[in-house]
Amino acid sequence: MLAKRIIPCLDVTAGRVVKGVSFVELRDAGDPIEIARRYDEQGADELTFLDITASSDDRGILFRIIEQVAEQVFIPLTVGGGVRQVEDVRNLLNAGADKVSINTSAVTNPQLVADAAARYGSQCIVVAIDAKQVTPGRWEVFTHGGRKATGLDAIEWATKMQTLGAGEILLTSMDRDGQKIGFDLALTRAVTDALEIPVIASGGVGNLQHLVDGVKQGGADAVLAASIFHYGEYTVQQAKQFMAQQGIEVRL
Amino acid sequence: MVDIAVIDYGMGNLRSVQQALHSVAPHASIAVTDDPQVVAQATRVVFPGQGAMPDCMRELDARGLRSAVLEAARSKPFLGICIGLQMLFQHSAEGDVPGLGILPGQVVRFAHDLHDAQGNKLKVPHMGWNQVHHAEHPIWQGIAQDARFYFVHSYYVQTNDKSLVQATSDYPQPFVCAVARDNLFAVQFHPEKSHAAGLQLLKNFVNWNPV
Repeated sequence: MLAKRIIPCLDVTAGRVVKGVSFVELRDAGDPIEIARRYDEQGADELTFLDITASSDDRGILFRIIEQVAEQVFIPLTVGGGVRQVEDVRNLLNAGADKVSINTSAVTNPQLVADAAARYGSQCIVVAIDAKQVTPGRWEVFTHGGRKATGLDAIEWATKMQTLGAGEILLTSMDRDGQKIGFDLALTRAVTDALEIPVIASGGVGNLQHLVDGVKQGGADAVLAASIFHYGEYTVQQAKQFMAQQGIEVRL
Repeated sequence: MVDIAVIDYGMGNLRSVQQALHSVAPHASIAVTDDPQVVAQATRVVFPGQGAMPDCMRELDARGLRSAVLEAARSKPFLGICIGLQMLFQHSAEGDVPGLGILPGQVVRFAHDLHDAQGNKLKVPHMGWNQVHHAEHPIWQGIAQDARFYFVHSYYVQTNDKSLVQATSDYPQPFVCAVARDNLFAVQFHPEKSHAAGLQLLKNFVNWNPV
């Protein structure tokens, strides 16, 4: 059967991998190419690169990173951050990305998701949603790296993105990001139940049980984590072995 | 004249395919090309594809590549990947379009509302690493039974000609994920994104000399 995917996430700025707490307080985690290679060797199922500053100066650096990773790592690569037009999607795919993640621009210009999916196929269009709980059972979509409220309901928004052609949803709980207290399981479950396309749970992983919970309780198709892998707490292989012991189908 | 032509009909990124081939055949000349002449003269041909099949068929014809593909599929080691497998068949439910009709069968969509044995909802597209149950063929050399490959697709092929089937995968029912006939081999998954097993498959293709 299809395996649940484990996806290490590399937040990149100025050519370095960093990790913050609830989207701020960035800490250096190392060289992206070295880190990508390490996770590949450990059995990562995919890699996600998010250009978290997405300034024009950094753009060239990001492209060179993606090009170099794609030359050495033969697993799917998702790249996001600062994708504003179909041209940006094309450039990232040409640099070696297999999927492109669209976040803020999906909100400001939903037609971008439809156009990019029509042009390059839903399989390569990931819509990233940063959600924050407003009341129990209700989550709101935030943009601009979590700084701007949109008034959009996260579940309705995810459903709309699926209709427009997103092939997958990368769902991050802003309340949990960097907190290491586990995914927002209610959010994950609500979105995954509402959708037919795969959902990647993100935000809050602090130990291996959190990954298991994301799949078993949250119903996630894939789990994304950063800090537990970056700072050597666990290898991807250890995470997979733990999940397998808990009865989750993984690629070992 | 190139060793391996990767057919480019403008549908998406072929860099991954090219790089994976380069890593298993560092001395081979590999061309990503939309030139029917280059395809005609290549020793081997890789026919990838992504996106929607109606667009793929249209773009293939817009570039005048149809006869080059038909000829290559008849005459030299030929590897179809993803939509490049689906296009070999007679018809696709995706956009209700005819395919190239090289192989008998049709392309159909996974049902809505699929569930696994535990009652969990199965998503479409079928995306991720699934086990491949394979038959005997030189292309599978050195690849473990039930090895996992990376898939991303919402449609799959159905054929009544069981002799074509070289592998199946389960989602949750078995579906055909590899076919072969003579010099032609085609897979639904993405070997270029399937880590060691995928690279081994590409290596086997590069070394394959069908009679």
